[in-house]
Amino acid sequence: MASVSEAKSLVLDRITHRFASGTMAVSDINLDVKGGEIIALLGPSGCGKTTLLRIIAGFIGQSEGRVIIGNDVVDALPPNRRAVGIVFQNYALFPHLSISENVGYGLAARGVDKATRNKEAQRLLDMVQLGPFGERLPRQLSGGQQQRVALARALAIKPSILLLDEPFAALDKNLRLDMQIEVKRLQRMAGTTTLIVTHDQEEALSMADRVAVLSHGHLEQFGTPSEIYDQPQTLFVNTFVGTANRVTGTVIATDADDVKVALDAGGEIIARAPKPVRASDKVIVCLRPEHLTFVSDDSGFAGEIGMALPLGATVVHEIKAKDGSSIKISQARTGGTPLREAGTPVRVAPLAPGLATVFPQ
Amino acid sequence: MKSATTASATAPGDVTSFSLGLALPLGVVFAIFFVLPLAQLFYLSLHNDTAATVWGLGQYIKFLSDPFSLAVLGSTLLLGAEVTLACLVLGYPIAWLYQRSGSRVQTLIIMIVLLPLLTSVVVRTFAWIVILGRQGIINSVLQSLGLIGTPLRMIYTQGGLIAALAQVQMPLMVLPLITAIGRIDPNLADASASLGAGSWRTFVKVMLPLSMPGIIAGCTLTYAAAITAFITQSLIGGGQMLFMPMYLYQQASTLQNWPFAAAISIIFLFAVLAIVALFSMLGRRARGYGDAR
Ligand SMILES: Nc1ncnc2c1ncn2[C@@H]1O[C@H](COP(=O)(O)OP(=O)(O)OP(=O)(O)O)[C@@H](O)[C@H]1O
Ligand SMILES: [Mg+2]
Repeated sequence: MASVSEAKSLVLDRITHRFASGTMAVSDINLDVKGGEIIALLGPSGCGKTTLLRIIAGFIGQSEGRVIIGNDVVDALPPNRRAVGIVFQNYALFPHLSISENVGYGLAARGVDKATRNKEAQRLLDMVQLGPFGERLPRQLSGGQQQRVALARALAIKPSILLLDEPFAALDKNLRLDMQIEVKRLQRMAGTTTLIVTHDQEEALSMADRVAVLSHGHLEQFGTPSEIYDQPQTLFVNTFVGTANRVTGTVIATDADDVKVALDAGGEIIARAPKPVRASDKVIVCLRPEHLTFVSDDSGFAGEIGMALPLGATVVHEIKAKDGSSIKISQARTGGTPLREAGTPVRVAPLAPGLATVFPQ
Repeated sequence: MKSATTASATAPGDVTSFSLGLALPLGVVFAIFFVLPLAQLFYLSLHNDTAATVWGLGQYIKFLSDPFSLAVLGSTLLLGAEVTLACLVLGYPIAWLYQRSGSRVQTLIIMIVLLPLLTSVVVRTFAWIVILGRQGIINSVLQSLGLIGTPLRMIYTQGGLIAALAQVQMPLMVLPLITAIGRIDPNLADASASLGAGSWRTFVKVMLPLSMPGIIAGCTLTYAAAITAFITQSLIGGGQMLFMPMYLYQQASTLQNWPFAAAISIIFLFAVLAIVALFSMLGRRARGYGDAR
């Protein structure tokens, strides 16, 4: 098993890909992945995640840019010489081969003899807890089991980079959690540099060391899960990752990263501005529901309760602001959290200055 | 709610009985025009004399102990095998190309492949005579280029016959192949490559086994069509080469020996059935049969 020190880094250098049809699938992507890291590629459907994986695996030749694995530019290498393991979204197990032959396929291609191959396949199947299933055919396994076989098959070649394309999308919630933990455990054990494609933000935030958020083929932000969540650099990241209320306002003063904004809904708040804004600019202010609180002084802005939604561990209130915008505020539910009646006048403010973020309109 | 449950519970039974009823007309046609004549043929073959009055296995013994008849059977089965192989070797790349092409090229390929089906067998066969003949297209081109002195003999040869039959039967090979290859998940080839397999290994270990259903269907159809292609065999093969359909025709029509002709048919039928059974057995042996969905 490869030790962590052997893990190879992966660099995507200004990767751009245009399909023959003219679709610009990815544009100018720069990623610098350290050896042994787990990276999540997060983005909505059609943003170019699969295309990026296929470029790294070598199935697609990118229009521009370079892929560097370890110290080598691999652009000229065909997929079978890149040592990149890939788990496809639909698993793509060979339907005519037994589970054990599937896992041993990569070793067979490397000329490993049958006995060694079978032993190694068995070891990997034991590792993904499918030891007794070696003789079965793929269609005789459940989706989750097939997924583990696909993972074992990819790991069998000791890849320098492991790519997973929405590996858990087909699984139900419990199994998905199990598999996420399992993959993370296997990845830690093997120390393989790993890229996981997902459009499930919880999955991205929980599994990855760093998250790359993509939108329309552009890299919006690349950072740790807390950077992504707490310091979103773009409006897209702020609204795509987690939930955010969007309200409008006008900048009245700027001071380094912090700006003072007059909300159209009334009231003034201090907010963080990742992109430069100037006084009297019209801006969009993002406020996360869990960063808001009800206040009894005259800070924040006024509104009235529209609806109260008790969602198990949290309570969400929808508030109608003066300018007609609708704002959600969520609170952890403790014994004493009251559900407020519709129509009750309230004032709402961020828990702390700087929890709100502004973006140019 | 309750009535819906009842309806859905009885529905499957209804569907079955309907479908059996619907199959009845076809079954009747089949019985009258296929099973009955076949039974009559069998009955006829069990007579030793031309007038069909004396019972016996004489016709079968005559055929199976006659080196000439056995040679005709042998060369017919061999012809089928050669044509089938030619169709497979030429057809597989076409089917492969079809799956890798854009929709416009696909339409073009299908058109070209189906074209032989749209013209009459006689016309197609005469076209081949024009191509292969002594003063045919190939010979005149080669001669005018100075590549050959005397015309090549291509018509009335086994090679010419195989070429003509292969062209005529090509759709029967290519269409099932296109279907089978099209059903293979394109990710499988990528998966194979990412696991380190080169393109030849991917082809032999993944694509070929998974296209086996199409190969078997195509081979069976082509084989059956090639060995029974009376017109093409007679016109391109000419007088020197005798195959089962012509042999049968001579016995029945020219020599009026109906019981012997009947015995030839039955023997031919069983020889073909045996070959077809062999094909499907081979296919099931090669794993992947029935797996490639
Ligand atoms: N072979 C292709 N030819 C032309 N355009 C393509 C091709 N494959 C993908 N595209 C386009 O490129 C863009 C990115 O596609 P891609 O499959 O990478 O998206 P994705 O992020 O993986 O989406 P999803 O989450 O739905 O899988 C899409 O607009 C898609 O329509
Ligand atoms: Mg995708």
